Formats: sequence, structure tokens, C-alpha cells
Amino acid sequence: MNSFTDFNVLMPVLPEIVLAVGALVLLMLGVYSGDRAARFVNWLCILLLIGVGACVVMLPGGRSVLFNGSFVVDDFARFLKVLMLAGSAGTLLLSLDYLTSEKLQKAEFGVLVLLASLGMMVLISASDLIALYLGLELMSLPLYVIAASNRDNARSTEAGLKYFVLGALSSGMLLYGASLIYGFTGTVNFTGIAKATQGGASIGLIFGLVFLFAGFCFKVSAVPFHMWTPDVYEGAPTPVTAFFAAAPKVAAMAIFVRTTIVAFPGITHSWQQIIVFVSIASMVLGAFAAIGQKNIKRLLAYSSIGHMGFALVGLAAGTAEGVQGVLVYMAIYVGMTLATFACVLSMRRDGVLVESISDLAGLSRTKPVMAFFLAMLLFSLAGIPPLAGFFAKFYVFLAAIKAGLYVLAVIGMLASAIGAYYYLLIIKTMYFDEPAKAFDRMPFLLSLVLVVGGILNLVFFVYPAPLLSAATVAAKSIF
Amino acid sequence: MGWPVLSVVTFLPLLGALLIMLMVRGNGPVAKGTARWISMWTTLVTFGVSLILVYRFDATSAEFQFVEKHNWLLGVASYHMGLDGISLPIVILTTAIMPLCILASWTSIQKRVKEYMIAFLVLETLMIGTFSALDLVLFYLFFEGGLIPMFLIIGIWGGQRRVYASFKFFLYTLAGSLLMLLAIMAMYWQSGTTDITLLLRHGFPAGMQTWCWLAFFASFAVKMPMWPVHTWLPDAHVEAPTAGSVILAAILLKMGGYGFLRFSLPMFPLASHDFTPLVYTMSVVAIIYTSLVALMQEDVKKLIAYSSVAHMGFVTMGIFAATQQGVAGAVFQMISHGIVSGALFLCVGVVYDRMHTREIAFYGGVVNRMPIFAAIFMLFTMANVGLPGTSGFVGEFLTLIGTFKVSIPVASLATIGVILSAAYALWLYRKMVYGTIKPALEGIRDIGLREAVIFTPLVILTILFGVAPKPLLDMSAVSVAQMLEGYNKAVATKTASTMSTDTQARINPVSVAR
Repeated sequence: MNSFTDFNVLMPVLPEIVLAVGALVLLMLGVYSGDRAARFVNWLCILLLIGVGACVVMLPGGRSVLFNGSFVVDDFARFLKVLMLAGSAGTLLLSLDYLTSEKLQKAEFGVLVLLASLGMMVLISASDLIALYLGLELMSLPLYVIAASNRDNARSTEAGLKYFVLGALSSGMLLYGASLIYGFTGTVNFTGIAKATQGGASIGLIFGLVFLFAGFCFKVSAVPFHMWTPDVYEGAPTPVTAFFAAAPKVAAMAIFVRTTIVAFPGITHSWQQIIVFVSIASMVLGAFAAIGQKNIKRLLAYSSIGHMGFALVGLAAGTAEGVQGVLVYMAIYVGMTLATFACVLSMRRDGVLVESISDLAGLSRTKPVMAFFLAMLLFSLAGIPPLAGFFAKFYVFLAAIKAGLYVLAVIGMLASAIGAYYYLLIIKTMYFDEPAKAFDRMPFLLSLVLVVGGILNLVFFVYPAPLLSAATVAAKSIF
Repeated sequence: MGWPVLSVVTFLPLLGALLIMLMVRGNGPVAKGTARWISMWTTLVTFGVSLILVYRFDATSAEFQFVEKHNWLLGVASYHMGLDGISLPIVILTTAIMPLCILASWTSIQKRVKEYMIAFLVLETLMIGTFSALDLVLFYLFFEGGLIPMFLIIGIWGGQRRVYASFKFFLYTLAGSLLMLLAIMAMYWQSGTTDITLLLRHGFPAGMQTWCWLAFFASFAVKMPMWPVHTWLPDAHVEAPTAGSVILAAILLKMGGYGFLRFSLPMFPLASHDFTPLVYTMSVVAIIYTSLVALMQEDVKKLIAYSSVAHMGFVTMGIFAATQQGVAGAVFQMISHGIVSGALFLCVGVVYDRMHTREIAFYGGVVNRMPIFAAIFMLFTMANVGLPGTSGFVGEFLTLIGTFKVSIPVASLATIGVILSAAYALWLYRKMVYGTIKPALEGIRDIGLREAVIFTPLVILTILFGVAPKPLLDMSAVSVAQMLEGYNKAVATKTASTMSTDTQARINPVSVAR
């Protein structure tokens, strides 16, 4: 009877346990069955992710705190976990055919994604600095490895190494910041820190905060810690890039939001100006730097920097509306990103993957359906109504206006108009230019992801209520 | 009430677009024909259904009619549609012009017909939606959404410099509109709603009105377009295919004027009153300067585009005169300009389809080979000048009278524009139609049956509205009167107690720029 209640206490972390055990089992399976079964193992990984997602949804709602206050499961965590798991499963789905055709089909790939996802789940639920760091590292280490997963390719290994060195540096900064915060508040627990900073912050704590934020900014790739993004995006195998663009961003943004809102509500003015600066810098750099890009993966890297800037607009507001905006933004962003990468992955001519934007010339003539969905996704990324991307921007700016951040909002809007230019350039290439040689047939899985993502993007405006209400509930749960 | 007529009118074209998307396969002549016929029937049925709106419309009421309201964005915005005397005429203009546009593209568009028709039908839905949305966010959705199909229409089916023109069109309008979006958000937090019917009665504090007015102005002035942000229009017009130019001139430009009437004047009356001199200046400069520019053009479409800017100057002038004649004249002028300039672009399309050049110097003596065309072109040229007996006269005359009541210098200067418009229009007509026929034009054919079918309704309407403008004026009279009543009341209260509004501005935090 006693042991039964003990297990009951662990119920809220059941998804994490399932994922951890599952990942280890699949690792064994992969090791013993060799490369022949790799594709099968990767399929099992996708199923496991979906199962864990279902588990997250099915478990009873409400808020539960575990492990001495270091781990919290609330609506906020549930929302982001489901989103992150969907992102991971989606990228695995995208990668299956790629891995086969590039002869990279290894069971490790799926298992590493699982382990990274486990780290992200811990990160999303972390409610003290130790759990935060553990989650962050558990997420990052597999990411370094899969960035370099194309071992024989110089660019891929370079990307992996670059990511590792810079990532280690940022982890160090984050850890240093965390230790400063611990030193000046005497606690690692978020609620404890909140209590200690109620009356204002000492200069040492502010230093700690800045270092902590530097680590977060690195993970969400916000300016001025964005430098790794274009190189890693370009160098890493494309499915890995898609993964980087989706799931880890969600997890990092989640912990960014949770830390600022839960641990530092007393010193909002101190962190707000940092976020405002980071947000403006990311939006502006994302808009301008993307204009000159010729490689679509590099362009998407700068675009993702800009998008993180937009998402941070919601966090800068520091209100429940703002957090709701961030959540809506991340959800729509993940959907758009996955579908866009489905297109990038099907840019294959005579079996060879091409990455240059000019390769898309005249796509509307050679592959009308793909061109249509990609064009709509690009319009959506630019934030043109009635597509989903418009609503993402709408909610973050709505919150910023309420919080009185007019300068931020105006600069953001101008950046979004400038950013529209490079998305239009791609659409121009696809629709106005003379066709280049047609791409190969799009593999089924890629077209599945593209069509599902594309249709959701198109018709989101018809019935946006489910996502909006889920985001509202989730945002309220951390206030 | 029964079935939701307005929603049906709005979304019927979208249904047609879906139908084409799903049913038409391939690029053969059969597929092209099917796409054309589906869009033709869709636009015709839409027009037919929209006539029910006219039939059921009660012109004696200033209330919004055919109202539909559903939950949409959880609290922030709702799906709220409705029409009043200001929006109904423009909606009908839209549904009426569309079948003509499809017909005008029947043979001139041979490349990617399916996509072309889809873009046009989607555009129609978005345009009707813009004029009938009664919620700011919904309005913005339709307003901005229209950029996507228009961008593609100019960019894919346009002329030589289509890429440049389409980008300029898109980015100009987008930059203007985004500021309006911020203003919409500020209005939401100030008033707690984005419902236009409630906002019309809300009464924003004076300081906030200034900022919001400027933000809305940025968007509508670009869309209108007003001098000096009109430069995208000549490019877009010249490069767009004929039907694209027609839509642009007849309907998309009206979004700016409609915006002033629906938002700027009634929601920000104090700011509108304060900024009237600015609008007057910009309108007069537009009327005189762009008319002079039009005189120097070598491209037919460019000339008509500049004349559009000048005519839109009359509209803004009339709106901000804020007199019954001025505003009613502006609404009338918008409809009339929609018909006349649309028809002029169709005329250009007729000769362009035959000769594939828009250079004025290329043409001459066309009357010898195309007498019917010459007569039609003459009628619309005269209507463009504002000859009594055509619809162009009524609009210009009313806006001038309305302005004359408020400011004699502005009205006098605008009158110079009327003379200049006669100068360029007659010069164009003489160059193209009279004189000895150029050898290259010997083989040119007069208009055929299809073109005659396009022009007939436009000719009839131009003359009908010129001779009997009353039905159209009556349709909008009550709505205009009610809007002006609110406007004058707000301005009068302010002038009566300047003190109190000043204090109001000081205590309202939103008005203070940070």
C-alpha cells in the first residue's frame, strides 16, 4: 500500500520516465539489431514520442510540484511539452527518407533525438536552477552529436564542433550566472528567488541575471548570441537543422519565460530592458541579414533569429497576455518551420540535395502544389493575414502595446515589413522566374508533413479557438 | 432574417476558387475553358446574390444591416459583418466589376489561366470582406490579405518591370498598414473592444486620437494613394494586366477612401478636424501636381494612373470638408471613378491586346478603323474630365461645393485641377484617336462582341448616374448624415471647452508617447 502511494507521487513525471526507459530500450534494440533495423527503430522512436505526448495530455491536469520543488508540472509545461514532442516527432518524420538516401540511417539518430527531447522535458518543467542546468545539458549534448552526425562531411563536423564550443561557453556563462544568483539569494528554487528579490535586486544578482540570460539567448539564438546559428544551420544535415529550428527553441523559450516570470517578478524593470534590447536587436538583424542570403538554410537561420525576436516581444511585456502571445507564437512557429523544412528537404535534383534559393526558380510551374504551400508558408512567416503567422505576431504585439512598449512595437512592425522583403524574394523566384529543371518526386512523408502543416497554416484563421484557449490556460498557470 | 446573405456574397468567390483548384487539372485548352467558365459563373452568381442586398437594404436607416456576428478570436475580435449606406455601394461596385474583369481577361490571359482565376476570386472575397467587416481585426485581415493575390497578379501576369512594381506595391502598402495594426491594438486596450459599431460611439481621448489618426492615415494615404506616397500606383498600374489595373483603380483604391469614412472621421473626429489643413494641402497638391505630371506621360496607362491620383484628391478633399455635400460627393466620386477609370483601363486593354504597346505616340487616327471604340473612349474620357451628364461630373461637383462651403481657396485651387484634367484627357484623346491613321494601325479591328458586352453596362451606368444620381445618393445619404452629426458634435464640444479636452489628454496615459 505504501509503495503504491509512492508511485502515485511519481505519476506527474510518468511521461519523462516512459521516455527515458523507452530511449534506453530503443538504444539497446538499435545496438543489437544493427543498421538494417535502423529505419524501424527510428519509426519506433516516432511512436514513442507520440505515446509520450499522449501520456502528457492524458495525465490529470492541475499543478504538481515534485522532487523538493525542483520540478513542476503545470498547464504551461504540458502545453510546451506537447508542442516540443510534436516538433521532435515531426522532424524525425522528415528525416527518415533523408537518412536512407544519404546513407546515414543509424538507430543512434532517433535515440539521440529522444534523449534530447527528454532533456527538453526536464528543462520545460524545471523550477530550480539545478534542474534547469541538468535539463539544459541533457538537451545540448545529444544536439552537439547529431549536428555532426554526417561524420564524413567537413561542414557537418565543423557545425557540430562550432556548436559544441560555443554551446559549452554559453553553458558556462549560464552556470556562472546561476551560481551568482544562488550566492546572492541563498536559494536555487525559483519561488525562493522570487521571495528574495521582492524588494529589488543587488548588483551581484543583476550580474547573475545577465549571465543567465546570455545562456538562454544562446539557446534560443537571439542577438547578440546568435553567431552560431547560420553556420550550424547551413552545415548540419537538413533534418537536424529542422530539429534545431523547432524543438530546442521551444524548450529554451519555455525556460526563458518560466525563469523570468516565476523567479524574477520583483525586478521586472531590470530584466525587461534586457529583453527589449535583445528582442529589437534580433528582429532588426534577422530582417536585414537575411536579405543577402543565397542559401535557403542560412536564410531560414536568420529568419529564425528574427522570429525569436518577435516571440521575445511577448516576454518583454511580462504579462499573462504576453506569455500567451509567446506560446501562440511558438506553436505556430513550430508548425510553419516543420512544413517549410519539408520543402527544403524535397529540393532534390537527380538525387542530389540542392540548397540555393535560385534552385527554386519557377517552382510554381514544375511543382505547383509544393510551390503554393511554400508560398503560403513564406507569406505566413512574413506575418501576412489571414495566415497563421499573422496571429502569432498579433498576440505578441497586442501584449506589448498593453504594456506600453510602443517603441518596441513600432520597431518590430518596421522590422516585420523589412523582413517581408526577403520572403517575397523567394516567392518571386518561385512564381515570377523562368523554371529551372524540376525537382525529383517528393517523398510521401515529406508531402504529408507539408500538406498537413500547410493546410493548418491556411485555415488556422477559421477556427483558432482551441490553440488560443489552450495558450491562455497555460499562460495563466505560471502567474 | 433567414440565410446569411452577406457572408454568402463574401465567400461565394472563395468557393469558386476552391472549385477551380480541385476540379481543373492540367494546362490544356479544356482546362483553361473550364477555369474561365467557373469563375465567370461564380462572379455572376455573386453579383446576382449581391443584388438581394440592394433590394433588401433600407436606405432610411443609418444602422448597419445584414449584421452577422459569431465568436472568433476569444474575446479580442469576433466575426462581425454588416453594411451601411457607405459600404453597400462599394460592395455592389466590387461584385459588378468582377465579371467584367473575368471577361476582359478571357483571351488576353493565356498563361496559367487556372492560377489567374483563383487569384481573382480570392481577391474578390477579400475585397468584399474589407468593406463589410464590422470588426477592426477582421477588417485588417481582409485589408492586408488582399495584398497576396494582387502581388501575384502583378508579378506573374504583369509587363516588363512587373517584379519591381509588385514589390513596390506590396512593401509600400504593408509598411503603411502595420502602423495601423498597432493603432488597432492600442484602441482595443483603450476601449476593450474591436467592434466597429461600438468604437464608433466610443469617443477616444483627444491625445490618443492624434496618434491613432496618424497611424490610420499612414495606411489609407498609401492605399488611396495620396501625394507624396502615390508613386507605387503608376508602376503597379502600368505593369499589371488589364483586369488587374481595373481592379486596382476601381476597387483597391477605394479602400483608402472607405477607411477615412469608416474610421478616421467618425472615430477620431478631433484629430480629423485638426489635420484637415494637412489633408487639404495634400489633396490640392495631388490634384494639381499629378495632373501636370499626367500631361507629360508617354504611356497611356501611366497617364490614367496619374489622373486616378488626381481624382482621389477630390475624394479626400470632399471627405475632410466634412459637409453633407462633400462626403456624399466623395462616396459618389468613388463609385463613379470606379466605373470610369475601370472603363478607361479596359479601353487601353482593347488597343493593347491588338497592338501590344501602350505608347501614346504609337497610336493616332484610330477613329478611322475603330469608330465604335472611339465613341466609347470619348464617353469615358469626358466622364473622366467631369463633363455634365456623366457620372464624373456629379462627384466632382459635389465635392467642390462641399469644400467651397468650408474653404474657398482650397475649392478654387482644386478647380484648376478640373481644367488641367480636361487638358490631359483631351490631349490624350486627340493623339490617339484623331489625326491621320498610322500605317501600323491599318489592320486594327474595331471592338468585338465580347468587348461590347464588357463596355455596355459601364456606358449605361456612366450616363445613368450622370443624369439621375439620386438613387445612389439616397442610398448613402442617411449614413453620411449620421456620421457627420457625430463628427460635428464632437468638434463642437471640443471648441466649446478646449480646456476640458486638454486635461483629458493629460490624464490619459496612452496618449503620451514613450
